[in-house]
Amino acid sequence: MAKFKTVFEDCDILVVGGGMGGTGAAYEARYWGRDLKIVVAEKANIDRSGAVAQGLYAINCYMGMRWDENQPEDHVHYARNDLMGMVREDLAYDMARHVDSTVHLFEDWGLPLMRDPKTGRYQREGKWQIMIHGESYKPIVAEAARKSADKIYNRIMVTHLLMDESKPNRVGGAVGFNVRTGNFHVFRAKAVIVGAGGASHIYKPRSVGEGMGRTWYAPWSSASAYALPILAGAKMTQMENRIVLCRFKDGYGPVGAYFLHLKTYTQNAYGEEYESKWYDQTKELVGEYIDHHPTPTCLRNHAFLQEMAAGRGPIHMVTTEAFQDPHKETVGWENFLGMTVGQAVVWASQDIDPKYTNPELTTSEPYVMGSHATCSGAWASGPEDISPDEYQWGYNRMMTVDGLFGAGDALGGTAHAFSSGSFTEGRLAAKAAVKYVRDLKNEQIKVSEGQYENLKKEIYKPLENYQVGRNEIVAGTVSPSYLLPIHGLQRLEKIMDEYVGGITVNYMTNEPLLKIGLEKLKILQEDLEHIGAEDLHQLQRAWELKHRAIASECVTQHTLFRKETRWPGYYYRGDFMKLDDENWHVLTVSRRDPETGEWTLEKAPVYHIVD
Amino acid sequence: MPTFVYMTRCDGCGHCVDICPSDIMHIDKTYRRALNIEPNMCWECYSCVKACPQNAIDCRGYADFAPLGHSVRVLREEEKGTISWKIKFRNGHEKNFVSPITTKPWGEAIPRLADLPPPDEEALNSPLLTYEPEALKVDSGLPTISKDQFKQGVYY
Repeated sequence: MAKFKTVFEDCDILVVGGGMGGTGAAYEARYWGRDLKIVVAEKANIDRSGAVAQGLYAINCYMGMRWDENQPEDHVHYARNDLMGMVREDLAYDMARHVDSTVHLFEDWGLPLMRDPKTGRYQREGKWQIMIHGESYKPIVAEAARKSADKIYNRIMVTHLLMDESKPNRVGGAVGFNVRTGNFHVFRAKAVIVGAGGASHIYKPRSVGEGMGRTWYAPWSSASAYALPILAGAKMTQMENRIVLCRFKDGYGPVGAYFLHLKTYTQNAYGEEYESKWYDQTKELVGEYIDHHPTPTCLRNHAFLQEMAAGRGPIHMVTTEAFQDPHKETVGWENFLGMTVGQAVVWASQDIDPKYTNPELTTSEPYVMGSHATCSGAWASGPEDISPDEYQWGYNRMMTVDGLFGAGDALGGTAHAFSSGSFTEGRLAAKAAVKYVRDLKNEQIKVSEGQYENLKKEIYKPLENYQVGRNEIVAGTVSPSYLLPIHGLQRLEKIMDEYVGGITVNYMTNEPLLKIGLEKLKILQEDLEHIGAEDLHQLQRAWELKHRAIASECVTQHTLFRKETRWPGYYYRGDFMKLDDENWHVLTVSRRDPETGEWTLEKAPVYHIVD
Repeated sequence: MPTFVYMTRCDGCGHCVDICPSDIMHIDKTYRRALNIEPNMCWECYSCVKACPQNAIDCRGYADFAPLGHSVRVLREEEKGTISWKIKFRNGHEKNFVSPITTKPWGEAIPRLADLPPPDEEALNSPLLTYEPEALKVDSGLPTISKDQFKQGVYY
């Protein structure tokens, strides 16, 4: 592998991933760490990377404390309720008390926030969301990051974190490769903030042909947010808490503005309201949680799934009434054009004009993420002033590996952060990381040549696998010696789908299925040692797949550990169909031993920090 | 809808290659023009379409579920600060939309934090972020709560 040059970068703070979390981190780190060297490594181009690449039409997390619309306590109640009691309330509160200042920055930076013409306040879509013209949301925050960081490396696929060899369990940087030049990049850093993406494409998507890229979450969200900390031995939390989205069929266009702002509603194929029909049945499963307001999202999904299974699908969104109002019609379309253009294409191609036709809805394949309405991610320390002792070990947003911080999808327990909350988490992590670096004083990080040279061999192995194996066969994609990344991806998606509660089994799993799933995932990971990459693009795909596979193993371990069905509508444990508050009103925490690959799981208490 | 590139319009400038979040826009070695090398990893995010100076990139809805004969075209005008969309249905109907993309001139509204006076060392220990508490726009400052009221376990 001598042909690839090694490029070194020594810095104080390395930000991995330049999405909403990472750009927030780069920005804030500069304010507190004037003399520190701050570097960002991004897999694509920060102008259009991460989940906000194509824009957003709403900011889903804004308190509006200045107008006394909501307080951080209200956000905690909301997130807790939506996730059936299970969130890190300290982290949620902390994000919520800062998020308004982040949104005010965005407005100063030129992001067009809509105003209510009557009140002059930001235009609310619902209680939490404000409406924006956010086509350039990402280029705007990228500019803030560019003006703050010492250096931004685009097109670096970060594959592993480096560990400090002078002190156990301390991070020492990260390595990866440049997807264009192939150069091997070694970042030696005192602190690392993981702002990478959550996990799409770990479950088989509904569209499997050309349309497999039309996942709800971006196809480039390749679970690096989880794989990087897991491989470094960091503890993870709530990884079983995958999300299933109720969305417009095929394009996965968002429904938030439709429900909240346009006041459209759902009905079954025969024009009947169906959610109330499933009240008693749902109450059997989850008890009084079904009486909460608003109804937790998973329980609304549950009613949708039951109604479909009863043979009264499809479920329609009734748009034909609202869309008679030209203003609402415009909002309905611009909502897609601003953040899910694909849905507009689906409707244009199928001649669906929602003014005259009520479009179909569907439930998506599961996703694992920590920035939208669920809270999978790393187990991290909370802020000193408002965290219980079990949740606090010195630095806000620091994981259980010293010097390793997280934001956005990477951070566990903080549901409903969304774009503004992820940026805010990046800011919080960055300030804590600056403090961490200051406290290190003159202590140096030690990363030996052996450590990164071993990783270098591992990183480029798929190119070698291909080169050698390719000579055995005439042509084509079938080789007895290697699998291509797409082959491995499809096997992963099939395993997760069939054994860990995907779409083809109606989100159902149980202990025997999960154990078979783990066995198959183990063998898949053995096979991934034989992945073949034809070029650097395929090498990126190979490493994305490896990240997805390790994150999937973690998801499966967590799903096996939690012996209840906490979120019907997201997934079901057929062997424990009921919610069990007596034994499982807890957060699940896992750790994979980097030496042995063995997993240990434990329960952590849920603290309710507000009434 | 995966993107594709019109042969006669593309001049091979590579803007799309540079911006694509999925790394699927590449330059074809024979034709020296861009192409989508992996349509099934395209999120139809339109980043490449918006970035193309020649308007050479378009989308054709995913073959799995999108019948032919539609188009969704976009024009992003950075200097004007607008984005314009033209939707054409299979049946020929059209819809047009225009939205703002920024309220400020590009490159000027975001300050360089390195140019601000540095914060004092003590401020690093407070929970406040840059521009706080002023940026919260509330007189009471940053909210906090007392640890005395924390409750563990099932509680509502």
